[in-house]
Amino acid sequence: MKIFTCIKYVPDTSEAEVKLNPEGTAVDSSRFSFDINDADNYAVEESVLIKEKQGGSVTVVSIGPKQSEVMIRMAMAKGCDNAIRIEDERIAAHDPLMVARVIAGAIKGQDFDLVLTGCMANDYGQAVTGVALAEILGVPHAAYVKKVEIEDGKVKAHRELEGGLMEVVELTIPAVLTIQTGINEPRYAPIRGIREAQKKELKVVNLDDLGVAAGDVDADASQIILEKLYIPEVESKAEIIEGDPDEKAEKLASILVKGGLV
Amino acid sequence: MGNVLVLAEHRQGELRDITFEMLALAPSVAGALGGEVMVLLIGSGVDKMAEKIASYGLKVLVVDDPLFADYNSDKYQKVLSAVIDDYKPKLVMLGQTAQGVDLAPALAVEKKLPFVADIIGLDVEDGVLKATRQIYSGKVNAQIAFKPADTCLVTVREAAFEAPEPAGQGAVEKIDSPLKEDLDYRKFVEYIEAEVGDVDITQSEILVGIGRGLKEDKNLPVAEELAQVMKADLCGSRAACDAGWLPPDRQVGTSGKTVKPKLYLCMGISGAFQHVAGIKGAKTIVAINKDPNAPIFAVAHYAIIDDLHKVVPKLTEKLKELKG
Repeated sequence: MKIFTCIKYVPDTSEAEVKLNPEGTAVDSSRFSFDINDADNYAVEESVLIKEKQGGSVTVVSIGPKQSEVMIRMAMAKGCDNAIRIEDERIAAHDPLMVARVIAGAIKGQDFDLVLTGCMANDYGQAVTGVALAEILGVPHAAYVKKVEIEDGKVKAHRELEGGLMEVVELTIPAVLTIQTGINEPRYAPIRGIREAQKKELKVVNLDDLGVAAGDVDADASQIILEKLYIPEVESKAEIIEGDPDEKAEKLASILVKGGLV
Repeated sequence: MGNVLVLAEHRQGELRDITFEMLALAPSVAGALGGEVMVLLIGSGVDKMAEKIASYGLKVLVVDDPLFADYNSDKYQKVLSAVIDDYKPKLVMLGQTAQGVDLAPALAVEKKLPFVADIIGLDVEDGVLKATRQIYSGKVNAQIAFKPADTCLVTVREAAFEAPEPAGQGAVEKIDSPLKEDLDYRKFVEYIEAEVGDVDITQSEILVGIGRGLKEDKNLPVAEELAQVMKADLCGSRAACDAGWLPPDRQVGTSGKTVKPKLYLCMGISGAFQHVAGIKGAKTIVAINKDPNAPIFAVAHYAIIDDLHKVVPKLTEKLKELKG
């Protein structure tokens, strides 16, 4: 199996307060820590699991800055074989259809059996790139995949639907799967793997190297315009319980008990 | 004509709520574009569903064919592609659901449609469509404008709009299926129902919810001890279940369970819309989170903005005292 696994370097904003730049055109990411996107971490693990079972190789593809090489090396430490990092300021990163075109440019023309992506990114949360990539590559796809079975040159993908229901679909290979979190238990990179990863090939390319015309993937090519960002007002009707942690706990306990809630 | 085409979503013989939620948004957009709303229903033996949609006073285009007995994104894409060519809608609207996510991006690529996914708002300003969507798990909103195009595409977030009441009587128009034979590259195999666990959290009166903010599984006793003194069952966000802190049947949200407890106390849950959609039926919501802008506070009745690891052990202790 020749597998391409697409990963993204994203800021961790789960518990951080998010601020915008003064122009309201970008998020001030200077205070965030960055790491692999949650779902992509599971995609890396799944691709390595498939390789361990079926043999073959895993190539990591990522669009991102130099700093993201730490993440890429970590994926290689876990068992991916080589990597392509794409960096080019001309890419319209706000439009996942443009991003998909760039990634397709890195994969097209090479033999592959599977392309795995995370199903959704923590930052923009569009859940578009993987399925768009499949259409560009002209291969079948399944989104939100929570289990992968490969037999007789076909892949059975269990898609997670709403309410915990699974839909099993059978695809011919090659195919693109967008991987849902929770599909596996991502491993920790072994020390030996971390050492070996330093020696694995990590190619850094731009659009010209990929043979992708900038005019096909830049802001002019994109059919959408990101006009502005703003922090939504949280219209909270909540009673905010004030004090130091102990006082807050005490007040809440009394509200719960006196209100007959517990 | 600026018509809006809405794709009806159904599963296992039932129209899904998102279908009607889109009908809350579509008429105003169609009005601003000078067109009307058309709903496309694809399936096999779907007369009753078609009638139900028509009772919203809308035109329903129906492709009724045994080839569509089971859902298949690629087959749907073939129909949508043909309907877009024939009816030339200004806007096509799908749900940002497991169906829509599997279908819309491929359709956008095939038909070269400008596409914005997972929208929570859509306006027309001087003839320009402008979509609103959330980024950074609901902490930032983005306004995105469509460049001029014959047809634009959006997917609409679930539970972002309230379904309207039926009004009037629309018309059902059957159209021929553009798909004449099955596809060999993607086949539906089966549905697998979720496993049933030891506790059915949809029936719980009191729930304690945990999220990413719990940090690691060795902190689980913090939540368990509180749940015990509150006589509550434990549940969690996707992050908590993915991490293996709780089994999958304890997951609350769109891809997990919808709960309706009298009291829901959650800690370290930021309140991504997928989670919030699952707790709308909770009578009283208490949220503990250290980010003052966490979306969970928009739905909470009581809020503690602090580190759960400092507050919760004390809360457990106090509740023990008060309850004797």
